[in-house]
Amino acid sequence: MPKPLEAVNDFVVKFANVNGSGSASANGLFAKSVLRMGVPASSRNIFPSNIQGLPTWYEVRISEGGHLGRRGGVDMMVAMNPETWDEDIAEIEPGGYLLYDSTKPLPKSKFREDIFVIGAPLTAICNRAYDDPRQRQLFKNIVYLGVLSALLDMDVAAIEELIGEQFRGKDTLIKPNVHALHLGRDWAQTELACPIGLRLERRDKVGERIFVTGNDAAALGAVYGGATVCAWYPITPSSSLAEAFASHCRRYRRDAETKKSRYAIIQAEDELASIGMVIGAGWNGARAFTATSGPGISLMQEFIGLAYFAEIPAVIFDIQRGSPSTGMPTRTQQADILSAAYASHGDTKHVLLFPQDPNEAFTFAADALDLADRLQTPVFVMLDLDIGMNEWLIEPLSWDPDRKYDRGKVMNYEMLEAGAEFGRYLDVDSDGIPYRTLPGTHPTRGAFFTRGTTKDEYARYTEEGRPYVANMQRLLRKFETAKRYAPRPVKREAREPTRFGAIYFGSTTLAMEEALETLETRGIHLDTLRIRSFPFHDEVFDFVASHERLFVVEQNRDSQMRSLLTIEGEVDPARLVPILHYDGTPITARFIVKAVADMLAVVTLAPLKKALP
Amino acid sequence: MTYIVKPRLHHPKLPINALGYTHRDYEGSISTLCAGCGHDSISAAIIQSCFELALPPHRIAKLSGIGCSSKTPTYFLGQSHGFNSVHGRMPSVLTGANLANRDLIYLGVSGDGDSASIGLGQFAHCIRRGVDMVYIVENNGVYGLTKGQFSATADKGSKARRGAVNTDSPIDLVAMALQLGASFVARSFSGDKMQLVPLIKAAIQHKGAAFIDVISPCVAFNNNPESTKSFDYVRAHNDAVNQLDFMVTREAITADYAPGTLETVVQHDGSMLRLRKLAPDYDPRDRVSAMTYLQQRHAAGEVVTGLLFVEEDHGDLHEFLDTVEAPLNALGENELCPGQEALDRYNAAHR
Repeated sequence: MPKPLEAVNDFVVKFANVNGSGSASANGLFAKSVLRMGVPASSRNIFPSNIQGLPTWYEVRISEGGHLGRRGGVDMMVAMNPETWDEDIAEIEPGGYLLYDSTKPLPKSKFREDIFVIGAPLTAICNRAYDDPRQRQLFKNIVYLGVLSALLDMDVAAIEELIGEQFRGKDTLIKPNVHALHLGRDWAQTELACPIGLRLERRDKVGERIFVTGNDAAALGAVYGGATVCAWYPITPSSSLAEAFASHCRRYRRDAETKKSRYAIIQAEDELASIGMVIGAGWNGARAFTATSGPGISLMQEFIGLAYFAEIPAVIFDIQRGSPSTGMPTRTQQADILSAAYASHGDTKHVLLFPQDPNEAFTFAADALDLADRLQTPVFVMLDLDIGMNEWLIEPLSWDPDRKYDRGKVMNYEMLEAGAEFGRYLDVDSDGIPYRTLPGTHPTRGAFFTRGTTKDEYARYTEEGRPYVANMQRLLRKFETAKRYAPRPVKREAREPTRFGAIYFGSTTLAMEEALETLETRGIHLDTLRIRSFPFHDEVFDFVASHERLFVVEQNRDSQMRSLLTIEGEVDPARLVPILHYDGTPITARFIVKAVADMLAVVTLAPLKKALP
Repeated sequence: MTYIVKPRLHHPKLPINALGYTHRDYEGSISTLCAGCGHDSISAAIIQSCFELALPPHRIAKLSGIGCSSKTPTYFLGQSHGFNSVHGRMPSVLTGANLANRDLIYLGVSGDGDSASIGLGQFAHCIRRGVDMVYIVENNGVYGLTKGQFSATADKGSKARRGAVNTDSPIDLVAMALQLGASFVARSFSGDKMQLVPLIKAAIQHKGAAFIDVISPCVAFNNNPESTKSFDYVRAHNDAVNQLDFMVTREAITADYAPGTLETVVQHDGSMLRLRKLAPDYDPRDRVSAMTYLQQRHAAGEVVTGLLFVEEDHGDLHEFLDTVEAPLNALGENELCPGQEALDRYNAAHR
């Protein structure tokens, strides 16, 4: 029998539930109560593509040290789903704890010898307290939260305060919930040895940070960035972005006097129509976006090529999920990198942004709207399910009050009237970006025809080779110009000089940062570069050039970012060692540590040619 | 044929409209369609309509998909912005454009392949949303640019030049538009400018989704006498339910009409439609009986034309969404960005 795990403010609690049983609210209360106690925490909802009946999990990482990525392993399992019992029990760390509903006795074989089992007769407690079957079910979740609060020595006032806030306006629900909480807590305090080895203590380490999902923050960024048209089609995990935009707009975008809307949202008939509307609105000078996921990106390909070639601003939020095909709709991946970077037939390249968390999702959403107008092209904001749908503890959002929208090169009435030469595809100042006019600007000047066919600098149809090639070259110059405006990569030097580097992006950041600390304690030092946009800045290739071996950490099977680096930078692929996590769950620090350590052992011991993939 | 440039010179005595523009100011570049193509007559009717309504050309946006019909916006309204989008997807692009600026006039031009085959979904959805637009389908039952394949409006049993027989039933876009809730539905014939021009003018002044199906014979691939989209067939079987006179303002009725043969419809902007009834019992404000009449005449082999349905105060997408009066593309930071204070409140609510 191992020693019971002992930890204060540093452990992982996982709830295993049945979808639709009302557990989400109780589990969320748990995570937020930890934050209210001033202890940093993050939560991850692992849910099925289902409304009711299938297994769902909620994992809470509690870390006073501020490690909020997924760690791997579980210290306390709240096992409420008989269907997943065996796998849930197997996931508990040796010396870890299991809390379960002991109303019905289970055979000894259903447990493990090396964990501490805590039975609480939750069903029996609820059956005694409530007559209504629905209440028995719903309050069971709050009862286990009460038991847990006693076991972990939580500040019950923090939970009560949150219950009060959650049901504000529906005050009759506050009392019964608080009552259920105490049913569990009192039972545990009387019947069990409380607290256990895992404990929570009040700290002041959360500070000003906020707890939000990336989709909510990105939608708010779209509001702040001036988006007025949103066209979308429901698809997990992106729907909540469009829905959040609608709810933010109802709050922030109603004319104070007339109550009329300064926005238009269309739930389109499919993704083709969504992107078509975005392109129509962008062509006509409104800031417009759509939110979708991998299958939607596949459907939008033709239109994305049109927007690239006809040079129309559009913003696409891609909340990546498990792929290919329908894939794992409710699981996370970073697997649309290549299909977004080169979306559509023919020679195309698109600007991609890679936010690391909801805070950057907010900023990059607004930036993407500026970039799309400035560059007159589609811009992708590459979120994923982990950022999009999970609540993250992030720095509060901020907005520069002096910030002006960058509407790019739009020739207005005055310029046309003053006789400025207008050629829709004329590169007047060598940055590859031409001027455009908006429909309706001037009675006799500046009208042009937008088309997906080839054209000359004055937007006249042509099938000649020379103007075609010149136009394609200009588009490349424009892509080069994008580097001036897109967010630059973030570099971090190891404490000691090293030949090894690591490249990562997006939601991998938290796990990566934790992994680096652990690796350092083992004497492994890595310089790192976090990519924040495509096209790649020169720093990216300088970083590659200045390291002998580089790990490229990503959440897909085919090392898509590594491919993009080798294609765009003509990097020798052998120098880029892929570290790939793609089972649909967010990457963990432990996974990265092990993969880097294993690879380094191979890289440094075996002859390179044999060892590398 | 960008190398053929139209001369800018014109006859000094060409009539001018209220804006001081001549007919020539509404033209586009020279058509590259086949000589005798019905589509060119429709372009001419659009030019005439806009000239007669004295619309500033730059306040019109013309959008199309892909195909012969979708090429035509190049051949009219050269001072208007145009958008030749992707095949079958003009409706979504037009919808987005309309959302961005409600102050312009939106003219969508499409074909039967573009709207009834690849684009049937987008056709249906933009009609049912009530997008304020004129949606013209130049309907010839055949794919011209790819040389003579059947479209979804081709007659069942019709034969292609190379011998293939169409075994699929045709789609009637007028019947669909009625069913989908279009608030202005008409059918006309490219060879009947007298009928077509007032319909286009009325459709432009109509607020909401105005759909006009224009039978437009394809002289290259589908003008054989047995085709219901041929000149001969339409001339022989044209069942016009009414003759429309379009007036911008209320003008006194000067001509004498037999009682019960004249109906006036006042549109949203005060413009007036004066309908001379040709089918005495036909009521263009009754959607259900319009649908029935169409089906009955269709079964009898007739092509029903005229203003088939109109609902003056149906409203449009902007009304349904309750958007502000100002075009969305004209709003700036002050109107759109809630600022740091609102963000502080958002932050506080998420702790």
